[in-house]
Amino acid sequence: MIVFFIATVVYGFVAMDLKVIGNYETIDPQNLSDTPFGTPGVKEVTKNGATEYEVYVQTLQFAFLPGTSSPITVPADTRITFYITSPDVLHGFDVAGTNLNTMAIPGQISKFTTIFPEAREYGIVCNEYCGPAHHIMEGKIEVVPKSEFDKSNLVE
Amino acid sequence: MTFLHQYPKAAKVAKANFIVAFIALAIGGLFGFIQALHRTDVFRGFFNSGEYYTLLTGHGVLLALIFTTFFIAGLFVWGVTRSLDREPENMTFTWSWFWLMTIGLIMTAVTILGGLVPDSSIRAAVLYTFYPPLQAHPAFYIGLALVIVASWMAGADWFWSYNKWRKNHPDERIPILTFMALFTMMMWYVCTIGVAVEVVGLLIPWSLGWVTEIEPLLPRTLFWYFGHAVVYFWLLPAYYVWYAILPKLSGGRLFSDAMTRIVFVIFLLLSTPVGYHHQYADPGISVGFKFYAMATTMLLLLPSLMTLFTVVASMEHGARQRGGKGYLKWIGKLPWDSPAFVGCALAGIMFAAGGFSGMINASMNINLLIHNTIWVPGHFHLTVGTAVALTFMAISYWLIPQLTGRKLKFKTLALIQPYAWFLGMTLMSNAMHRAGLAGVPRRTAEPQYSGFEFEPIFGTMAEMDWQIAIGGTILTISLILFLWVITASWMGGEKSDRPVDDYIPEPLSGAEHTPKILDNMKLWFALAIILVLLAYSFPLWEMISDGIFEPGALPRPS
Repeated sequence: MIVFFIATVVYGFVAMDLKVIGNYETIDPQNLSDTPFGTPGVKEVTKNGATEYEVYVQTLQFAFLPGTSSPITVPADTRITFYITSPDVLHGFDVAGTNLNTMAIPGQISKFTTIFPEAREYGIVCNEYCGPAHHIMEGKIEVVPKSEFDKSNLVE
Repeated sequence: MTFLHQYPKAAKVAKANFIVAFIALAIGGLFGFIQALHRTDVFRGFFNSGEYYTLLTGHGVLLALIFTTFFIAGLFVWGVTRSLDREPENMTFTWSWFWLMTIGLIMTAVTILGGLVPDSSIRAAVLYTFYPPLQAHPAFYIGLALVIVASWMAGADWFWSYNKWRKNHPDERIPILTFMALFTMMMWYVCTIGVAVEVVGLLIPWSLGWVTEIEPLLPRTLFWYFGHAVVYFWLLPAYYVWYAILPKLSGGRLFSDAMTRIVFVIFLLLSTPVGYHHQYADPGISVGFKFYAMATTMLLLLPSLMTLFTVVASMEHGARQRGGKGYLKWIGKLPWDSPAFVGCALAGIMFAAGGFSGMINASMNINLLIHNTIWVPGHFHLTVGTAVALTFMAISYWLIPQLTGRKLKFKTLALIQPYAWFLGMTLMSNAMHRAGLAGVPRRTAEPQYSGFEFEPIFGTMAEMDWQIAIGGTILTISLILFLWVITASWMGGEKSDRPVDDYIPEPLSGAEHTPKILDNMKLWFALAIILVLLAYSFPLWEMISDGIFEPGALPRPS
């Protein structure tokens, strides 16, 4: 039975691409301005000849940057890699109702890749206690059809 | 003659520990009630949403750290004294650990409650996991350190009694009540090293301002080095009760001495190198070590299933002694009118349910669906909140009479209490699990958001909120019943030489059939250390090799 449980997890890992994060990459949390996190947002990159997107997000007391004041807008059916870090305290980055769920830890960079299959909106919740207004910290991801994706809001 | 008359000095110490435990239980439980109403938006008039986190910190610290530790100390004083047939070796030493632990608790509690005083600079709304860079008042950390050091002294006290006993009994097996206590404490020594290094080495100097920056991942990892083993520190004393006392309460005797010892040895070995399963969603720890933690976590299913088998077999034996027949009909012959039995049995059933959600938690990638959602508190209110807490309450109905020499009063209320707890927890916990699947976060004052709605898979959000609020209310009523019965019996129960039947019969398969190697404490302790080094040495080295406080973040007020 124990073997079966472990095998289930490994199967998810290998066959269904259900990975957990585990990169070790540190960053100075007091000095994010000189890094890609200094201009947070969606960036276009080319990998293996295909167009992909990278999203740099700062989580801070009590907002996602971007995500809270303006939604994170990405195209459907495209590889999106998120990079998340925090300049102040621990936060969570949970796309509600999905398995996109990571900790944001000052000094560390969380990285994960996903493909949103269809156009729709998702809520982002901070699910790690981060201070007295923790409960107001929320954001939004807007997945739009690939053909309607507006590239004028991309950051360099 | 009961425990009070045979060992009056130990009885006094055990009683002192239980008094502190029950006061912590009362206050922590009250906070839980307020939270259940606040979170679900049934009633938010007691405190504002910022103060919610102070209450939440109080709930976690008072119940998970204080109630449990003091109760366990009282239970082990009872068990070690009784099974070795010796009073503690030196009462000054014994009372000094009790008072040190109490001073630590008061320091910590004052800093937490300070958060309810407007504009107070003494605050500690950092929750019971106290992750930096959120910073509490230094007395919060110093108090916690004192509690831990005092608990080490308590363990040393029991090892001291054991060594003295061993001199007079060179060839005897360790009595089972002492064996279980000592193995639990060895596990406690292994796991508290992590939190002691964290609190004393990092957080106290940082909270006093001797260093300004802190690396958040390192203390978090040290916390979880301790943070899962601590749940076994709560659970093993519940097993202690299920193995040693529950068979007797069912009318029979323990099925196997050997099984009991094997289970405690496995817990000593595997309780600590599982901590990363709380950090599956963390950056900075490689997938390989997370996988190792998952494997050790899954292996812990083994001793839990062995416990299920042994305890149920013991209960079945008891029921058959009472005239039970058939494959399942014997269950009806169990003493369902005895509060102590009912509480332990219902706690065991809830633990099985908690075990199932625990397997989901342990499964690395499936975990991401529910990580930090209210599913997780749903899970541990079944395990620590019921399997442990309800067992502790139930066994109090049997222990307190032995310690006070007074019979239990209000037996009907005492019997209603565990059934009420079971009902309340069923309502609350199932709703918490389901809400967690929809993504509702834990540890939040107002889990409703302006920009989107949660989409539950089963049921509706309103229905779940009501189940949590009503379940929490029933749990509070059950807690009041417990405190009322215990206080009334303690103060005014009828005095008696033998207030309960406290005889514990020998196991069906006794220690003479148990392999001797299981009693080799040095061997198992050394193996436990090796497994911990395998799990932790490389990742911790990776975190500290760039400087213990680097990459550093500045403190933030809580």
